[in-house]
Amino acid sequence: MRLNKGLLVLALTALLAGPAGAQEKPRYGGELVYTVPSEMPSYDGHREQTFGLIHPIAPHYNTLLRVDPTDPTGTKPAPDLAESWTASKDGLTYTFKLRRGVKFHDGSEMTSKDVKASYDKIIFPPAGVASVRKATYTVVEVVEAPDPYTVRFRLKWPAGAFLQSLASPWNFIYKADILAKDMHWYEKNIMGTGPFVFVEHVKGSHWVGKKNPNYWDKGKPYLDGYRAMFVKAHATQVAMVRGERSMIQFRSFTPADREALTAALGPKIKFQESAWDCILMVAINHTKKPFDDKRVRKALTLALDRWEASKTLSKIAIVKEVAGVQVPGTPYATPPEELKKLAGYWPDIEKSRAEARRLLKEAGIPDGFSFTFKNRGTPMPYEPMAIWLIDQWRKVGLNVKQEVVEAAAYYGSVLRKPDAFQVAMDFQCGYIVDPDLDIYKFVSNDKNPDNYSYYTDRTLDDLYVKQSRAQDPEERKKYIREFERRLLDDEVHVLMTLQWHRIVPMSAKVHGWQVTPSHYLNNQLDTVWLSQ
Amino acid sequence: MARYVVKRFLLMIPTLIGVAVLIFLLLRVIPGDVVEVRFVAQGQFTSQDVLQIERAKLGLDQPLWKQFVTWMVGLLRFDFGVSMWTGAPITEEIKLRFALSLQLSLMATAVATLLAIPLGVVAALKQDTWVDYVVRVFSIAGLAMPSFWLGILMILGFLIVFRWLPPMVYTPFWVDPWQNLAQLVWPALAVGWRYSAVATRMTRSAMLEVLREDYIRTARAKGLWLKLILVRHALKNALLPVMTVIGLEFAFLLGGLVVTEQVFNLNGLGLLFVEAIAHRDYTLTQALVLLVAFVFILVNFLTDVAYAWVDPRIRLR
Repeated sequence: MRLNKGLLVLALTALLAGPAGAQEKPRYGGELVYTVPSEMPSYDGHREQTFGLIHPIAPHYNTLLRVDPTDPTGTKPAPDLAESWTASKDGLTYTFKLRRGVKFHDGSEMTSKDVKASYDKIIFPPAGVASVRKATYTVVEVVEAPDPYTVRFRLKWPAGAFLQSLASPWNFIYKADILAKDMHWYEKNIMGTGPFVFVEHVKGSHWVGKKNPNYWDKGKPYLDGYRAMFVKAHATQVAMVRGERSMIQFRSFTPADREALTAALGPKIKFQESAWDCILMVAINHTKKPFDDKRVRKALTLALDRWEASKTLSKIAIVKEVAGVQVPGTPYATPPEELKKLAGYWPDIEKSRAEARRLLKEAGIPDGFSFTFKNRGTPMPYEPMAIWLIDQWRKVGLNVKQEVVEAAAYYGSVLRKPDAFQVAMDFQCGYIVDPDLDIYKFVSNDKNPDNYSYYTDRTLDDLYVKQSRAQDPEERKKYIREFERRLLDDEVHVLMTLQWHRIVPMSAKVHGWQVTPSHYLNNQLDTVWLSQ
Repeated sequence: MARYVVKRFLLMIPTLIGVAVLIFLLLRVIPGDVVEVRFVAQGQFTSQDVLQIERAKLGLDQPLWKQFVTWMVGLLRFDFGVSMWTGAPITEEIKLRFALSLQLSLMATAVATLLAIPLGVVAALKQDTWVDYVVRVFSIAGLAMPSFWLGILMILGFLIVFRWLPPMVYTPFWVDPWQNLAQLVWPALAVGWRYSAVATRMTRSAMLEVLREDYIRTARAKGLWLKLILVRHALKNALLPVMTVIGLEFAFLLGGLVVTEQVFNLNGLGLLFVEAIAHRDYTLTQALVLLVAFVFILVNFLTDVAYAWVDPRIRLR
């Protein structure tokens, strides 16, 4: 019996790493130094999309809810500024009780007025203010602040994942008075309630925060401060960990880095690993012949030996888990035994490829049929993944040429232009594992222009809405399975490759941090401590 | 001489205007824009209205001619605008990195000059002896090895042999000279070696040419002291092409050390340049191209003036 590798990894990680202070008593003091491979354009979490903002800036803020920092699946909402909440029976009203005595870094008290102002900015931004996650909250009718310590969200329809959406790491609670004066103030300034106070940002170099002595969660944070170093070159990031100049890098290193650092540093280094909520997929352009024929699309997926690739590619690239539409090991993911029933996931690859050849023949595709596969000019993991795909397709008689396009031009000149490609690499990365966020990409193109396979499928649209509104997790799971089967097997609108795999290197001194499938989560640093 | 200098100086203006027009148009031809890179390429959903708001905010919804006129009017007032990526004034973005890049360029130039001139002269004097071969191998090795690769080797060498790494955060010289030099001396050596290789070969060939001139033979025949012949007669003339090479390399270093800056984590202009292009930050890229073009043109101008000063025949032509 094949093990559920995703679950195994998550369970092992949980066992090895453990939550903050599960084994030892946290020690106070020290500065956490870490590298960040990207840098934020502005400081406003409501506006930006890059982890280059979250990693250095999240420690200055709190959110209404957060993802439980000890949960390796990164899916459980936990209290942050809200200490408790209730939902009405019809699922249309959520009421949150806020903590008392929470202070902004300027000493003023945080109340429901601040939460309402922050969420109003996210959900109902005034003209000229961009809120990238506004669409996530279309379900919200109104945000109310009936008293200083109560916030109420009234919804237009019941939403199964509403609490998860409020645990978004981006939804920093800002100060209402500041927003009232200038909606753009937070793009260039910091003023939060978080465990660390802003000290310095030297562009292109580093970001420094120091302990908030008045933090509402008494006894936290443990660190005196932190220093995030912006280091773009991967070789330099590895050298800094090896030279003990960086204690952690919260995104991911490669399997080769893991081996090299383990050999060089021995017990001074440890790693936490997890299936990663990022995936490369293949967009199959439905407006191009012969890819409008689902037999051809199905042959493309049937040619892939994902189970074997999981073993081999994971040695050289940041990919590993065989996945459907949800991160393996998380609550709505399809178990491997069920996944193996889908086209392209069959355990018998010879049978699968024979079926692929049969379908191609039936569709009138001659042996040696050529097409161009467009790929983004980002080496890891796009390059090894493309080489693998081309090799797999060759095994069913397809002759595929790869064309690599510069990363910055890729969306503009390839994916967003249906005339510009036949088959191309596409990518999705989530900040929290939730079907609403993860599968929205696959609804019809007229509803979501980020669907680069350019199809219209009302059945999928309908299933999306049903799963989103389902209150009962089992009912939701059922709709997600149906959605997945239609997307990946019945219609084969896209091909999933392998789930990315996160390998977080950390000095043995670092404790109290838990890896999750999202590199946007667990960056408040309130639970992190250093043993030396 | 003054007329020559003024004429050469005024020629810089149309060249810079040409560069400004060219870079403005070239950037608009490349696919993708800053809004797309910032919001679409992250793999998360972004609605169309967000993209529209951001484009409007940056003026990217305006016709091309209007964007160009706005930029040119700003330039006339020495206002380079704000970075489309960070929203910060461009002068602030450049100022932050300029000191580091300038210091590194000066240090690398010093390393290159101190190596190249003595080595080039010795190699020319000892032509086809083992000394010459050693110098030639040294300079060919410098040319063959990319500076960034040498930088990676240095870092790995420090780590494996000495368990030490150079500082990774820039400290200005006036704040802590030791910390500053501990960070910059290594990239200066890595870059200086390649830079010196070019200049060494140029010095050697120029010296060989000059040493065969009639006036050198005459000076020797007169019984002049060899050192005096070399320094006062040979080297002064041989240095003309070397000055050009050193000047152009210096201008290149100021904005061209992209990979070396990445390897040593230097927050310099080269890295800023690449990021500006990758982010499709039109305003910042335009300003950086203009800055580098200005430095190139200025160095050329100064080299021409130096030529004219050293060789009066040039300004008379």
